[in-house]
Amino acid sequence: MHEWALAEAVVAAAVKAAKREHLDTITAIHVKLGELQQIEHEILEFALKEILAQEEPLLRSARIEFQLEKASFKCRNCQKEWTFDDADLSPEEAESIHFIPEIAHVYMRCIACSSPDFEVIHGRGIWLVSLQGVRSDGPKT
Amino acid sequence: MDPRPEIIARRLAKIKTIIAVAGGKGGVGKSTVATILALILREQFHRVGLLDLDFYGPSAHVILWIPGGAQPREEKGIIPPEVHGLQFMSLVYYSGGRPSPLRGPDVSNAFIELLAITRWDDLDFLIVDMPPGLGDTTLDAIRWLTKARFLVVSTPSRVSLETVKKLLALLTELGAPIIGIIENMRRDGDPLSQDHLGAFKVPLLGGLPFDPELERSLGNPGQLMGTALAQALNRIVLEAKIE
Repeated sequence: MHEWALAEAVVAAAVKAAKREHLDTITAIHVKLGELQQIEHEILEFALKEILAQEEPLLRSARIEFQLEKASFKCRNCQKEWTFDDADLSPEEAESIHFIPEIAHVYMRCIACSSPDFEVIHGRGIWLVSLQGVRSDGPKT
Repeated sequence: MDPRPEIIARRLAKIKTIIAVAGGKGGVGKSTVATILALILREQFHRVGLLDLDFYGPSAHVILWIPGGAQPREEKGIIPPEVHGLQFMSLVYYSGGRPSPLRGPDVSNAFIELLAITRWDDLDFLIVDMPPGLGDTTLDAIRWLTKARFLVVSTPSRVSLETVKKLLALLTELGAPIIGIIENMRRDGDPLSQDHLGAFKVPLLGGLPFDPELERSLGNPGQLMGTALAQALNRIVLEAKIE
């Protein structure tokens, strides 16, 4: 499961941010998952919990909150906007996008003018939105 | 906060030496040099990976030839398959050889994603086949491949040398280590690159002959290693002690 690699990245980023903010404990991690990457949030949550339990006392009791963000696209050629639901992808194409979301530009086209020159406006991939934690001089978010 | 960059250093931690083969200009033989360099190091019993970062025109897989069915394995990330003794990673596994029309931010995103999720084995060398140009991938490589040293490929053409000067100036300005310059496609009577590039105080490691037989050896690593180019590159590797 390639979600494990992303979970490790989230933990590394959370630890770095916690140290920067002098947090003694992290109580919650808020992660945004972009629809385009099609991350299985149950798998990611499992991986996060496993990694936290094994490796990081700082985050061991952290609550993990997920926010799913719908993917949307805008054509640079004709300005048409569309969503991932409109994309007509084979399972193999969708899987390739799952690993590298930019592969969307290989397999997806503007639904109006067929241009590959489009922008992913929302919902590309994984994002660490916020941390909630406690430090010796009081709560810190 | 984008969490992916925070894991890149750990992904590269088990790699002793990273060599980025760059040239600034297209068509000077970067991919050929990178691929044959990887094969030479493999023949010396090193553990070697090859990473094709030319997203627009990946070609290491053509030079090397990937057997059917070779695909990265999904295991706590993605593990590049072993191809002809090299751990080989490229976007072509996912693009299927179709065009990848990516703009700058997309290139950087794909670069970071690839580095964040790829789990390399313990390697002595990772050879990186860089794209032409001084744009996103070059800047990203300098930023994220912090252990990388650059091997610069040029041809004797003044057109190539002018671009190489810009690449050397950029690498020097940003403090990126440069192993040296390899002059590819040399023919008798060509002026020496040293005359043009001497000001940079970068070693000219040697020349590789223009080899008309090379084309017929593409896709056949055994034949590639027998070419005059591979033999000349092997001498450079030994003499320059690229390690």
